[in-house]
Amino acid sequence: MEKIIKIKDLITEYDGRRILDGITLDIKENEVFIILGGSGCGKTTLLKHIIGLLKPVSGSIEVFDQEIVGMEEEDLDEILMKCGVLFQNGALLNSLSVGENVAIPLEQHSNLDRELINRIIETKLNLVELAHAMYLSPAELSGGMKKRAALARAIALDPLILFCDEPSAGLDPITSKAIDDLLLQLKRQLNMTIVVVTHELASIHRIADRIVFLDQGKALFVGTLKEALASDIKEIREFFTVGRFE
Amino acid sequence: MNSFEFKKDTLVLKDELTIINAEAFLNFVSANISSIKKENKFSIDLANLRTIDSAGVAAIDQVIDSLKKSSIETKITNASEKVQNSLTAFSSLELTGKDFVKPRKLGYFEGLGDKGFNFFDNVKYFIYLAADMFFWGVVGIFSKKGQRKGEFVVQSNLIGVNALPIVGLISFLVGFILSLQSAQQLRSFGANIFIVDLIAISMTREMGPLMTAIILAGRSGSAIASEIATMKISEELDALKTMALNPIKYVVLPKLYAMTIATPLLTIFADIIGIMGGFLIGITYLKLSPTAFVDRMAHVMVLKDIITSVVKSFVFAWLITIVGVFFGLRAKGGAGGVGRSTTASVVTAIFMVIVADSILGLLFY
Repeated sequence: MEKIIKIKDLITEYDGRRILDGITLDIKENEVFIILGGSGCGKTTLLKHIIGLLKPVSGSIEVFDQEIVGMEEEDLDEILMKCGVLFQNGALLNSLSVGENVAIPLEQHSNLDRELINRIIETKLNLVELAHAMYLSPAELSGGMKKRAALARAIALDPLILFCDEPSAGLDPITSKAIDDLLLQLKRQLNMTIVVVTHELASIHRIADRIVFLDQGKALFVGTLKEALASDIKEIREFFTVGRFE
Repeated sequence: MNSFEFKKDTLVLKDELTIINAEAFLNFVSANISSIKKENKFSIDLANLRTIDSAGVAAIDQVIDSLKKSSIETKITNASEKVQNSLTAFSSLELTGKDFVKPRKLGYFEGLGDKGFNFFDNVKYFIYLAADMFFWGVVGIFSKKGQRKGEFVVQSNLIGVNALPIVGLISFLVGFILSLQSAQQLRSFGANIFIVDLIAISMTREMGPLMTAIILAGRSGSAIASEIATMKISEELDALKTMALNPIKYVVLPKLYAMTIATPLLTIFADIIGIMGGFLIGITYLKLSPTAFVDRMAHVMVLKDIITSVVKSFVFAWLITIVGVFFGLRAKGGAGGVGRSTTASVVTAIFMVIVADSILGLLFY
């Protein structure tokens, strides 16, 4: 499989404090890659660097073989149009209905007519089982519905890479599994590469192909889930055993 | 080279059908629709189609649906596994309008009735809230339980001290302009000294309290509304309730007390600065001596003018705070809801201040 994202020696600081310390990893095409670690270890910060929302102190990030560190905003937009991002709290625009939220990227980045856009919105909402919520305001949705609506918006342009920041956080196990199943469906049917930030063990077991384990800004481990489970690195062993039901 | 062409009763698609050429595909089909309609059967051959995305699938579905209306059945043939996966995932052919529940629009009279009910509901809530604030406002003086320590000083600073420069500048300009506009007329009658009567009485009884209230409605009223609206939307007010804290006492009272103290003080400050604006015109343009100006002011101003100013400012302070809190607590939705509450609070507060000013003006006439 081809490497779709390449990160080398990534260092970032905030107020003189090192948040990411020399991260090096590759993400391959059509895999579910999990960014894993305890709270405050730099998972979301790493994700925000990959999508160009934050700029590192040093290091390199290549997405689709293009260096995005220091890239012009217009060029970065071209890359971002091939990516979808599901934010932790959904980040739906509350002043718009759910359908209108999903329509935003289609209206802004295509010349499709209204009928075609409506068809795409309907299929995307149907895919996340939110057809009935098309005309509702995000404020009227539950937490799980918000996540699914945000997922529909994130895949509106059929991205090649889908980034998900804690897709299962705060959700019940059934809704959480439904979202995981959806991610797997997107990977399988549409060949999407999916990068997920999470620390939900059940979710990791269901969807992970490979993982990176972050601890205090360092990548302690990069490899498959099977390798991670067999790892003798103390932090990783602790992470996978503490959350397990005895 | 075009990625789509007709071969007898078959539409052949090649290479890719994506968001980039979906619209061109539909235009191509609509330009050739008459030749399709001559045939009873029609098929779309996807053997050479390498890539298709959801826009491409939607475009094919649109063609199928439109031909279905002319009783022409369309068959999709030779799709590769990858293309078939996209067709399965994104097909809208099985979806019906029933799946997408559109909220029913209210009829004209229903809408009117709904607005009427909402209006009375809001009036009722406003009255309850005002009573609640008044009750806790009085009780809170004697019992500090449930109030946040030090918040009154913080709010007094924000509402009062920080507003001094803008209140001062605007009051000075109002006094200055009011005197300048009247000076020409007074001078033509040789009544220069009466500029003192005009500016002293109009500033204390009317312009000082009114301008201060308008500035505070825009500055502090909006801050109160947006802060409380944000707190409501992010469930901070609910969190206070679950900690057995009354949001009115914990959040609103410091603001109410700060407004009650700061507004009259700012109003007196505005009166003085406004009169100084008039004083400047009096001694420069109308050539009055400073002593004559001060003597005349002492002669024309009575205690009732000051009392009017202070009473008005108390009423305005309460109105601005109650309106701000009311719109904050009634906020719904997300960021947009906060914006709407803030705007509504400023507009309503200014409107109510002007209405109250008219009523008080009549009472103190």
